[in-house]
Amino acid sequence: MSELIFASETGEEMTLNMGPQHPSTHGVIRFIVKTDGEIMSEAVPDVGYLHRAIESIAEKCTYEGFMPYTDRVDYVAAMTANHVWAAAVEKLGGLEVPPRGHYLRVISDELSRIGSHCIALGAMAMDIGAITPFPYCLREREYVNDLIEELCGARLTYNYHRVGGVGWDLTDKWVDKVLRFCDHFEPVIEEFNRLITYNEVFIKRLANLAAIPGADAISWGLVGANLRASGVKFDVRADIPYSLYDRILPKIGWDTPVGKGEMGAVGDSWDRFWVRVEEWRWSVKIIREALEQIKETPKGEFWIHPKKLKPKGDATARVEAARGDMHCYVVGDGTANAYRAHFRTGSWNAMGLIREKSKGLMVADLVALIASLDIVAPEIDR
Amino acid sequence: MSRLDSRAIFDAAAGRFGDAVYDFQPGVPKDGPRDSCFKVKPDKVRDLMTFLRDDSALRFDFLQSLTGVDWPKLNVLQSVYHLYSYSHRHEICVKADSPRDKPVVPSVVSVWKTADWLEREQFDLLGIVYDGHPDLRRILMPDDWVGYPLRKDYKEAKEYRGMPTSRPSPLDLLLVYDKAHKTDVMQ
Repeated sequence: MSELIFASETGEEMTLNMGPQHPSTHGVIRFIVKTDGEIMSEAVPDVGYLHRAIESIAEKCTYEGFMPYTDRVDYVAAMTANHVWAAAVEKLGGLEVPPRGHYLRVISDELSRIGSHCIALGAMAMDIGAITPFPYCLREREYVNDLIEELCGARLTYNYHRVGGVGWDLTDKWVDKVLRFCDHFEPVIEEFNRLITYNEVFIKRLANLAAIPGADAISWGLVGANLRASGVKFDVRADIPYSLYDRILPKIGWDTPVGKGEMGAVGDSWDRFWVRVEEWRWSVKIIREALEQIKETPKGEFWIHPKKLKPKGDATARVEAARGDMHCYVVGDGTANAYRAHFRTGSWNAMGLIREKSKGLMVADLVALIASLDIVAPEIDR
Repeated sequence: MSRLDSRAIFDAAAGRFGDAVYDFQPGVPKDGPRDSCFKVKPDKVRDLMTFLRDDSALRFDFLQSLTGVDWPKLNVLQSVYHLYSYSHRHEICVKADSPRDKPVVPSVVSVWKTADWLEREQFDLLGIVYDGHPDLRRILMPDDWVGYPLRKDYKEAKEYRGMPTSRPSPLDLLLVYDKAHKTDVMQ
């Protein structure tokens, strides 16, 4: 057998193109990978293939008219993108949302989060070679899609939230179905854990892989589950409560799940997986509690139609989206259109970190890293 | 953990930077900023941000967002920084006005790594140059794109690499066709 020669000795390095159409990049993203055999010296992300100029569109339609476009910011969990836009515009316009509207937002957000994590976890397992969990997850996501379809008529781009509330009220029959889904879904989480989370091979594959320490995670601006996996106890829902989360979370004994390094280092890929599984559990609890509390609000009062929405000034909103803290900044100049709108999304920040984190990883681990950060390409490009 | 209100944050910055920070505005419910903010002279941005991150009472460890806003009437390209502190759970918004004809602001990549992509995004869409950025190039638009699309005076080119950027409605074309052939659908 001939002797192995490494690029570090010869200075030879291979530059590979990965993507834009690559099955494991979760959308259209391209990487320029510099490798020495299997070990990468760098993977430079090249994004923008899905850029739809959403922020430019925001300047060209009315505040309310822009709502359907926010679905496209993150189409895997469109509800939270609806929410952050509505929240920012309401803050700008000084609008109050009736309590029932807030509860419906919470319920729809959490359903959307469950559905989004189904894709995140199933796809992550599939990307590193475990095919079985993906159809299991899609089966659950179908239930969620059916529920949301019944609530608002759409299965992917929901356009459910409105400036001033939500689009439609729930029905008693729908509540029964959601509760039935909750009863069904909690044991499924246990099943899923037996199937994959605590699978020996899976743990060996992900433990200690691309661990991100807490301080790095903060500096890189990681948000949401990625940040919590690195041991930073922060969740917008609990720490900067919005939409009546402050009434719901204390009732269910909320404890923000954080990565503990159970299988390896804190903030490794397994922790990122595990935190999302835990978020499933909490989402179910939040939905149950919100459905309980919503009974006390008068039926039909879920939306206050904003009149003459021509605000001046600027406002921000933060919402815990499925891919973490989504930040929306909107500037109004006294007309019916936004003067400037900016979305800072979780995938954007996560993607920014890959170039540095990929140094020294194997090519196959890049796939695991992308998947564990739960990157969705349209959310990067907007 | 001790949360500071925005006035105290501004006072701390003013105590250190004097006149370079100015125009503190508390958050108001109507006609103005809803979140408290103050302005900083662009050349002091990096020093201020380093101070805001490192001062033990402030400790802004998270750059939430960086947005550029074009104000042609004021001849200003504004960089808006939203900062948050995980340590103290307080937040502040800092704005830096740079002139439109020379929109240069020091880069804060050395302060927060996440500024890397955020600054590239604003450079790409608004043409604000973040001085000292290690890799300042377009990120969302193609590298050879002309102009900065989110500037208010931006005019889209007729075509990009031979691809038209707009097209007539096919129905207009049908009307032209009908007129040329004098067909009347109603008959």
